[in-house]
Amino acid sequence: MSFTVDAAAVHGVVLRNYRVFLRTWKSTTALSVVDPVIALLGFGFGFGALVAKVGGIDYIEFVGTGIVAQTLLFTSIFPGMFETFFKRDYQHTYDALLAAPVDPVDLVTAEALWLAAKSAVYGLAPLLVAICFGLDPKPAMLLVPLYGLVTAFGFACVGIMIAANATSFASFDYVISMLVTPLFLFAGTFFPLGGLPRWVQLAAQANPLFHTVELIRHAAFGLQPLVDLGHLGYLIAFGLLVWALASWRMRISLVK
Amino acid sequence: MTTPAISLRGVVKTFGERRAVDGLDLDITPGTCVGLLGPNGAGKSTTMKMLTGQALADAGSISVLGLQLPTHSKAARLRMGVVPQDDNLDEDLTVVQAVEVFAALYRVPRADRAAAVDKALRIATLSDRRDDSVKALSGGMRRRLLIGRALVHSPEVVLLDEPTVGLDPQVRSELWALISRLRDEGVTILMSTHYIEEAERLADDVAVMSAGKIVARGVPSELVTKHVGAEALEVHAPAAMLADIGARALAAGLPTRQAGAALAVLRAETFAPHELGAVGAEVGVRRRAAVLEDVFVVLTGEEVA
Repeated sequence: MSFTVDAAAVHGVVLRNYRVFLRTWKSTTALSVVDPVIALLGFGFGFGALVAKVGGIDYIEFVGTGIVAQTLLFTSIFPGMFETFFKRDYQHTYDALLAAPVDPVDLVTAEALWLAAKSAVYGLAPLLVAICFGLDPKPAMLLVPLYGLVTAFGFACVGIMIAANATSFASFDYVISMLVTPLFLFAGTFFPLGGLPRWVQLAAQANPLFHTVELIRHAAFGLQPLVDLGHLGYLIAFGLLVWALASWRMRISLVK
Repeated sequence: MTTPAISLRGVVKTFGERRAVDGLDLDITPGTCVGLLGPNGAGKSTTMKMLTGQALADAGSISVLGLQLPTHSKAARLRMGVVPQDDNLDEDLTVVQAVEVFAALYRVPRADRAAAVDKALRIATLSDRRDDSVKALSGGMRRRLLIGRALVHSPEVVLLDEPTVGLDPQVRSELWALISRLRDEGVTILMSTHYIEEAERLADDVAVMSAGKIVARGVPSELVTKHVGAEALEVHAPAAMLADIGARALAAGLPTRQAGAALAVLRAETFAPHELGAVGAEVGVRRRAAVLEDVFVVLTGEEVA
């Protein structure tokens, strides 16, 4: 199959999503922003009372940066799964789009870019809250939306790929338990990985969210240019790989 | 010779063990309206999906406006409008937005988009509902919006997949008027339907599809004359008598079909009822003109919906 992306088709699908978003943004944004802020306040002040510092960083700042990554994961992979499945099987949106000059690869690209853009913005909410609670703002934090975009693009593609294989909403339960929970727990979001068994630490290195967490923490607490380039390269490679897989699976799912 | 607007040659499509389309040959002349008439499961929707690239043929060749599919499917879709059988409108959008999005998808230049959208809404007679939510539209309005959406880029070919299925007679009649105007404007239309009257009223040419194949093709009146003659005798009688009349008709080489509780004997223009044994106090006979419905039932073996 061809992986050539048609910019006009992508623009049309993004325009469709933007129009829908303008009519639904209040509910979707509230959920996407309020949830991580509650998590930040709960973990920050709850665990923060037990654990003052992690690696020399105040726990609320440590967890605040971690929750940015968690927000990126949740606001990309979940809509990637649920919205994609809903549009494909219930709303038949994709049937309408594919009858127009849009191919599955355009569709996946547009959906992932749109979710990534939204997610990159939503990811700033916990960061801003963490700043309100004492995280020192740094110019390097301006990189966080970029990291968010790259991370969320990849996870949106994972969600879309899962939806392309799904036969019911119930099948997402397994994905949440077996994939999403380990992804955000073993990425250094809430606790450092150093205390875990060696093999878990090694496995966590493969977790794309671990690289996002590292990038965000470096943006907040001190850039490490070469190391950060490595993390970013890993996320870009991950994004491209899952984009290709999602496009392939979506084509199988939509073109019979 | 004119290049067909749509051409299918020996097209085969199987889903597992089921052969949905089985060696389909169909050419559609530009500027004509062809009705693809067949019972449910005949392969009409699969044919439509192959024309939009949403299903891939296992064998045979398909071209639209001279563009070979699936290789040039996107270029073909750019010049086609598709009205699906299932309502797939975006309920979160307003009427005008639903059309605007498709104007962008069909690459209508930005400067021309507002005029194109206005025209599509006029065609769909929804101009006064442009700012209403799609959710607020009635079933008939939604169908009209689907048609308007498909016409926003002034396509050369329009595919209508069961355009009036499930609609009440008044709405159906409104949609027929709309499709008829399109046909008069010279747009090439391929319309799948299982409503005989719809095909009879709108199509220049009817292709009867059964079990994945075209089993008859032509102008409705010619199809009637060719397959079922000019007149039919509709006989009401007790079941045993009907069976006897049916047997006599078959022996005389006349096709028959069930028409509700009656038996319709076709090609009966030169036969008197008594020649078929249709006499007696308990027998009711009505002579009527043969119609496309008779052709449909005889050729597909299916009763009309």
